[in-house]
Amino acid sequence: MALRAGFSMSEATLIATAISELARNIVSYANQGSVTLRPVHGSNGTTGLTIVASDSGPGITDLTLALRDGYSSSGGLGLGLPGVRRLMDEFDIVSSSGSGTTVTVTKWLP
Amino acid sequence: MQVPILKQGGVLIATIQAALSDADLLELRTALVQQVVRYRSSGVIVDVTAMDVMDSFASRTLLEISRMIRLRGAATVIVGIQPEVAFAMVQLGLTLEDIPTALDLEEGLAYLQQKARSIN
Repeated sequence: MALRAGFSMSEATLIATAISELARNIVSYANQGSVTLRPVHGSNGTTGLTIVASDSGPGITDLTLALRDGYSSSGGLGLGLPGVRRLMDEFDIVSSSGSGTTVTVTKWLP
Repeated sequence: MQVPILKQGGVLIATIQAALSDADLLELRTALVQQVVRYRSSGVIVDVTAMDVMDSFASRTLLEISRMIRLRGAATVIVGIQPEVAFAMVQLGLTLEDIPTALDLEEGLAYLQQKARSIN
């Protein structure tokens, strides 16, 4: 889909890696959720791809900590969220304890 | 999907042929460690040429494989990381620092042979 949207192989790999990390977070913390991809159009004529990873799991109590490199509450490498932030152009996370987590990321076509 | 492991002299070669699930990766880890013991191998090559995504779990499992095999006294080389994959891995923060890497299978074998010679 990223290739069809006009991204290079290299950018498509970045996007695929980000999706893999986001999906992994859902599986390991919330058990179920959804990952949605959709093309987006920016205000200045740019196009891109937005990925929304959403779950209704336990939520993240400390977002600052969860976004810090090397921090993990599941025994992982702790690179998931900060890594995804580096892979993508835009990163937004909404989460509160008890009501799930939604991560929205966008990669713009150069 | 199972990863075939070939025995070539004192070296085991595991060639990943498609995207692997987490369970497949863990199975590969177990199989490699067991076979290193069974065949008294001195080196292991994991060929990841066919992997088009390397996420944090795959990296961590490769690191674990290499550390377990090192405890056994053998060396592990990862070969064939695609340029796009290398780009994404570095952005994500994955470096596989402890594990030697090589361009392809041939270079990987050369690395292990050189290492074996320097010990003898």
